[in-house]
Amino acid sequence: MEFGLNESQEFLKESARKFFAGECPMAEVRRLMETDTAFDSNLWAKLVEQGYTGITFPEEFGGVGLGTLELIVLMEEAGRALLPGPLFSTVALAGSVLLDVASAEQKKKYLTAICRGEARATVAIPEASGSWDAADVQMSAVNGRLTGEKLFVPDAAIADWMIVVARNGVFLVESKAPSVRVELMLGMDLTRKIYSVQFENAPAEKLGETSGLSRALDIATVALAAELVGGMQRTLDLTVEYAKTRKQFGKPIGMFQAVQHQCADMYLETESSRSAAYYAAWALQENAPDASSAASIAKIYASDASRTVGNRGIQVHGGMGFTWENDIHLYYRRAKNSENTLGDATFHRERLASLLIDAPAVSAQRA
Amino acid sequence: MDLRLTKEEVAFRDEFRAWLEAKVPRDWPNWREKPLEESFPYLRAWQRKLYEGGWAAVSWPKEYGGRSATLMQQAIFWEEMARLEAPPMANALGLGLIGPTIIAHGTAAQKERFIPKILSAEEIWCQGFSEPNAGSDLAALQTEARLDGEHYVVNGQKVWTSYGWVGDWCELVVRTDPAVPKHKGLTVLLVDMKSRGVEVRPLRQMTGESEFNEIFCRDVRVPIENVLGKVNDGWNVAVSTLMHERGAYGARLILTFKRNINRLIELSRTVQRNGRPAAQDPVLRQKLAQCFAEVEIMRLNQLRAFSRIAVTGAPGPEGSIQKLFWSELNQRLQQLAQELLGPFGQLQAEDPHAVDKGIWSYGYLRSRGNTIEAGTSEVQRNIIGHFVLGLPRSY
Repeated sequence: MEFGLNESQEFLKESARKFFAGECPMAEVRRLMETDTAFDSNLWAKLVEQGYTGITFPEEFGGVGLGTLELIVLMEEAGRALLPGPLFSTVALAGSVLLDVASAEQKKKYLTAICRGEARATVAIPEASGSWDAADVQMSAVNGRLTGEKLFVPDAAIADWMIVVARNGVFLVESKAPSVRVELMLGMDLTRKIYSVQFENAPAEKLGETSGLSRALDIATVALAAELVGGMQRTLDLTVEYAKTRKQFGKPIGMFQAVQHQCADMYLETESSRSAAYYAAWALQENAPDASSAASIAKIYASDASRTVGNRGIQVHGGMGFTWENDIHLYYRRAKNSENTLGDATFHRERLASLLIDAPAVSAQRA
Repeated sequence: MDLRLTKEEVAFRDEFRAWLEAKVPRDWPNWREKPLEESFPYLRAWQRKLYEGGWAAVSWPKEYGGRSATLMQQAIFWEEMARLEAPPMANALGLGLIGPTIIAHGTAAQKERFIPKILSAEEIWCQGFSEPNAGSDLAALQTEARLDGEHYVVNGQKVWTSYGWVGDWCELVVRTDPAVPKHKGLTVLLVDMKSRGVEVRPLRQMTGESEFNEIFCRDVRVPIENVLGKVNDGWNVAVSTLMHERGAYGARLILTFKRNINRLIELSRTVQRNGRPAAQDPVLRQKLAQCFAEVEIMRLNQLRAFSRIAVTGAPGPEGSIQKLFWSELNQRLQQLAQELLGPFGQLQAEDPHAVDKGIWSYGYLRSRGNTIEAGTSEVQRNIIGHFVLGLPRSY
């Protein structure tokens, strides 16, 4: 039994970190967040060149064919860099859904385009209720057409395709169709834009049934947890650095236990989130019987921990932590978006409870 | 990353499982609730059986009677022990902490004299570290040892000594040089508890039991061949014991925590809340799921730490996360049990209405000690802050 990254996974992590630091430093993040879409086509082309858009997809579709754990490691580093743009929505979310739900022919068409960087996609689930549970969806396709409104759709303005979850299946809609109207929602996260999308009798191609969504959404959920881990790590690093250099009463503030213990708790929360995310990725990759509960556990812990890590980080930075120029609040804003996307901690606790309490789940008996 | 057992791990598990299923005593539940004083001979006999099977100290090197088990194999060992609800071993400190310290720092003669009897439970060991004025600041301890010919003469008081009442031998940390900085004047002595001048008194704790003792030493004479490690190098010897204490113990607790949260989930199906089973109460569902998630993360953190130790060789300061995590988690788990059981949670073992023979009222009180024993949560956070994150020392 071995719980850790192997050499090639460590290498991927290192090179992703260097790549993001070089191509998308904080100055670039700040430039992009002031734009309408937080998207830069040159940066995206470089990601494609690295193979990141096809990292986890089979080689027959032009992907790199690596495992879920590699995707999760990449998302962790993207989170650390606070990478703007549709890596999460196109690859971890829409790509995973296409892989699990679409027909072989559809996969060839759509996934290949994603891997090659010729197209981007996103997934639309919540409606007026704000629920990420497919069971709460009201929209239905009628004669191959969709009508109604979806909310909180990530990166919709720069997606070529929208994968829409409806009551009677999962559908693909061309975003450029005149019957689709995309409007920016003013979320607090400036680095990943969210949108409302109006469908007015929009032509929709059926990909498959909603029953096929579970694993794909679990993978996307763990990808968000991993992104949160990266954000927590960066917040912790910034905070420890600040505590070592900022002096009050003639001493670095990191010498005071009231400050030091906040940092120790940030470390515990970050590492625990990482353990949960890595394990969930492995469990999904291996189709372990507890894969779904592991995904929920990762999202529960990372959602809550990223908030407390952010709280502590801002507090330790004092007045500096409350300024616009300090980067911590940008991570704090992203964390709130990630916390809410694909179900917050409360949502996943209820999901875990139903797995543990209502069904005599395998996961409950596992030692 | 591969969380499946390797071929060697499966072989190890199967061998121990077969042995354990044949040998584990079935009447332990009748003894479990009794005071340790009464059940101790039973536990001694059980350890003897493990010793004869070669299973008493799987983590120890083969040449000292162990199996040179990897950390993962050790985790498997404790998992199997818990799965079959095997009794604990009588000489817990000797096997877990003091034996490994003697193996690391002892002379050939000391190893030959002490190690076999630790394994066989012929000699029970206790640990004389804390003092009334030296708890978290252990290096400030004052029990003094003065050289007098071929002996050290020991005077002072120790406190929070587990197994003091039954201990044959004690790993005692003493001050041999009061003139140098506090960490540099300490020495570890192996002390025969039957020596003249040793007095053991029970220390009653808030649960009502006496797991711990106070030890008073008045002119106790300890031969110089019983110095463990070098004179005035006792801090390093003691720290290696503490690292074992904080690292390995968590692994054994995981199964207990799993059993407890699973038991609470089971109880939630029958305990009534607002006219329906508590399992249907949305607030308690949230709390049960949260607690289950945290117990699982405790397991995952442990596996990750073990994998890291397998690479780096020694238990490091990362052990402090695990101690901090499980001790605070157990307090949350016990509080959740109280919320779930409502007014029945407070009932103690003897009350006919008590749930699960009062383990939840006992556990609630006992868990308060978790964040204090084996290094307080404050000390653990200091260790993480300084040794892991590189912040300046705060004290």
